[in-house]
Amino acid sequence: MNRTDRTHALRLLVAWAVLSVIGVFIALQVHLPPGDQSTQSVDETSLLDLMLVISTPVFIGVVLFILYSAFAFRQTGAVLEDGPPNHGNFRLQVAWVAITAVIVLLLAVIGISGLSNSAAATTFASSQATLGTVGSAGTASGHRLQVQVIGQQWWFTYRYPDFGGVESAHLMLPVDTNIEFHVTSTDVLHSFWAYQLGVKADANPGVDNITYVSTVNTGSFEVRCAELCGIWHGHMADPNGQVVSQADFATWIAQVQKDDVGISLPPYSPIYFPHPPVKGS
Amino acid sequence: MAIAPIVDGPSIIQSSERRIVVPTNILTGIVLAVFGYWVGEQLGNSFLLNDAQNTGVLLGYSFASIMFLVGVGFANYPLARLFGWRVTPQPAGDDHTGAWRYLNLSLDHKVIGVQYLVAMLMAMLFGGIGAMLIRTSLLVPDPPIVAPDKYLTLVSMHSVMMIFVASAAIVGPFGNFFVPLMIGTNRMAFPRLEALSFWLVPPAIVILLAAPIFGGFQTGWTGYTPLSEQADQGFDSYIVGFTLIGLALVVSGVNMLTTVIRLRAPGMTWIRLPIFVWGVFSASILGTFAAPILAAALIMQGFDRTLNTTFFISSAGGSPYLWENLFWFFGHPEVYIFILPAFGIILELLPHFARKPLWGYRTAVVGLLGVTLLSWFVWQHHLFMSGIAPALRPFFMFSTEMISIPTGIVFLVAFGTLWRARISMSVPMLFCLGFLFNFLIGGLSGVFLSDVPSDVTLHGSYFSMAHFHFTIVGGEIFAIIAAIYYWFPKMTGRMLNQTLGKIHFWWMMIAFNMAFMPLFAAGLLDMPRRVSTYAVDLQTLNDWVSIWAFILFASMLFFAFNVIWSWFFTFKVAPANPWQVRSIEWMLPTPLGRRNFEKIPVFTGSPYDYGNPGAKPVADLGGPSDLGRRGFGAEPVPS
Repeated sequence: MNRTDRTHALRLLVAWAVLSVIGVFIALQVHLPPGDQSTQSVDETSLLDLMLVISTPVFIGVVLFILYSAFAFRQTGAVLEDGPPNHGNFRLQVAWVAITAVIVLLLAVIGISGLSNSAAATTFASSQATLGTVGSAGTASGHRLQVQVIGQQWWFTYRYPDFGGVESAHLMLPVDTNIEFHVTSTDVLHSFWAYQLGVKADANPGVDNITYVSTVNTGSFEVRCAELCGIWHGHMADPNGQVVSQADFATWIAQVQKDDVGISLPPYSPIYFPHPPVKGS
Repeated sequence: MAIAPIVDGPSIIQSSERRIVVPTNILTGIVLAVFGYWVGEQLGNSFLLNDAQNTGVLLGYSFASIMFLVGVGFANYPLARLFGWRVTPQPAGDDHTGAWRYLNLSLDHKVIGVQYLVAMLMAMLFGGIGAMLIRTSLLVPDPPIVAPDKYLTLVSMHSVMMIFVASAAIVGPFGNFFVPLMIGTNRMAFPRLEALSFWLVPPAIVILLAAPIFGGFQTGWTGYTPLSEQADQGFDSYIVGFTLIGLALVVSGVNMLTTVIRLRAPGMTWIRLPIFVWGVFSASILGTFAAPILAAALIMQGFDRTLNTTFFISSAGGSPYLWENLFWFFGHPEVYIFILPAFGIILELLPHFARKPLWGYRTAVVGLLGVTLLSWFVWQHHLFMSGIAPALRPFFMFSTEMISIPTGIVFLVAFGTLWRARISMSVPMLFCLGFLFNFLIGGLSGVFLSDVPSDVTLHGSYFSMAHFHFTIVGGEIFAIIAAIYYWFPKMTGRMLNQTLGKIHFWWMMIAFNMAFMPLFAAGLLDMPRRVSTYAVDLQTLNDWVSIWAFILFASMLFFAFNVIWSWFFTFKVAPANPWQVRSIEWMLPTPLGRRNFEKIPVFTGSPYDYGNPGAKPVADLGGPSDLGRRGFGAEPVPS
């Protein structure tokens, strides 16, 4: 490394350090979804924040390098001249690979630990009936509130097996509750995406796809379909999902049980198949 | 097809002496394709299956494709061999001459390269028009300008068309044209397969464009069951068109691998191989082994639609998961089929325009091969939310993040090459630097998607859509355009206008980033992909995106103008080596003759050996003359 190398490197390093500090400071101000309605969305928000903070210096470093070399390392004269014949630097290559590997490992460890906290734990229980146990909305020990999410062209309906399998067109959840979603579909693939809750799980016909959420704050949330499911896929959205206090939930579910009318579906079942199989018209 | 036997002639028979009563050319091909479609449809419908007439359409498309290939001339050689007629012992060159041969079957890899380039630019135009219609519809949140079924057909056709383009637009034009030149051979290992890999593409494009006749298809490029079970016969376009592209990838992949392994000229050792050839080589590994899975899965879907098999029908014992896994087991290597040759282009061009050796050549090769290997182990990251076994998710999360390591190597090699270089800031170099910027954003956003907890929010949203547009448009398409500016003089004999090129770069770079950067925000604000309607408060954002998308499209039209103007309306032949670079293709005259090398060259140096006054030239073009007879691109037919 001669003097010019060192000068260029030093300039770049100083500029990178300064800009990174500014960049990270700005990145920390950015408000990222999904928010704080559930422990899962809190985890996801903090992971997204972390990734933004990690990637900001990387982004700044690369862009800085491109711009710096575009200005500092240009041809100047009228005659084409060649650069120094460097064929590589083994130690630098090893260091680079090691640094990227460490960042990758770090991200993977964070992601995997997030998974084991059941931040997004979805389990697969194809056609095994785990629903139907009737009980009260379990706030504390063991039992989770069961909610079946049924994707249909083109809306979601929700059944509450803990309350006799009553059905609602809007998702209503009690706060401070562990909830177990059982996601299925009666026709094509859908994806149940409760945005502010930080939940997304595909709805497959004939499959009981389980995902968990623990509500911590009241408020409304939006449910959308996140898997292409036919022509009205874009309209498959319901902004009227709500996390309410446990007392409100009890009142609401009692009312639903009182005027329980099957909205559109066949009798309650843990899974559904499209029937009959549909072929092109 | 009546082909008269060839009368006795001289021992080496010129192709023009093959007497073919019905001339095989593109017009015959079109006539036979129409006939083939009619036969196939009649046949399919005569089975009277309860299949909503999908059999007729599927067989129609298949017969049309086969008959088209027959009409273009692919059956001549096998038929002649079958009936024992004398045929030319080696690839005979062209039956056609002049500009007409670019419209017909040619076994000259340079003609095929140009054919591919034009076909890909045309397909890109169709796909781009689709994108413009999509963005027009999204100017208004609700009710949409385009009805939802038409809108989703547009989305599906745009995506499939652009997948066609992305999978073949580097290996097709530049791989076919320049790999034989760069490794010092006169031809590819299998010239007929090379031609076939091109001639499968036009039927695929036409069949895809025919989808709206049958009501289009509303499944997106993923074609998930059971949604595809509901689709009309428009979906048959997807099945046949995509299968043809899959076959083209296999055929081209096998051919490229064989060529690079077997036909390298003396002195062209593996560690002297230009990095672009390494990029094409690694993409060809993926094409050869991934595309058959796609073709098989598509044929299974075809059977589900016609023969009442139930591979993917859950109500009858099949599984949509099977389709998802087969599709993505192809689909993820597929995206590296897009980007590996793009890495090849960027790393090939950087040393030439930085006037420095490629920094860390061997590390770059390891990086490319590392991506090739890892790409087989990541496909389930498309299915994190699908209900896969939770125990698998940490593995696929980790393997996906591992891809950052070899990709990081590519960036390191680029940086090392730029370090203290003497960059000549010409148009190809601008696009290379643009690639690095855009692909950086694409790559970093990919890390956000790879971690399962963050993917819960981002999966299936506009965030992932913006991510892959940054990698494919900002990455691959920028690399393709860099390659077009760089190699156009050698391919066509005309320089592209450099001033227009610089305007094009800034226009496209700014419009692209303005159009796609806000889409990350749209995804974070819970806008799912493939929706014809969206939340009212996102209208300003979407209008902004649409307007910049129109500006981006205009920049491509501007580019098309530059290409057409420079190609056909400037009459100055480009100099043989306009960039003054070392690589062997620029040592050859412009325009190239039918034979690339009169004598098989002997490679003596690295193409990237800049700054070394004692560097040997890349190759000795007056190499030993007897090598031609030993299988190095032997070709007895005189030009």
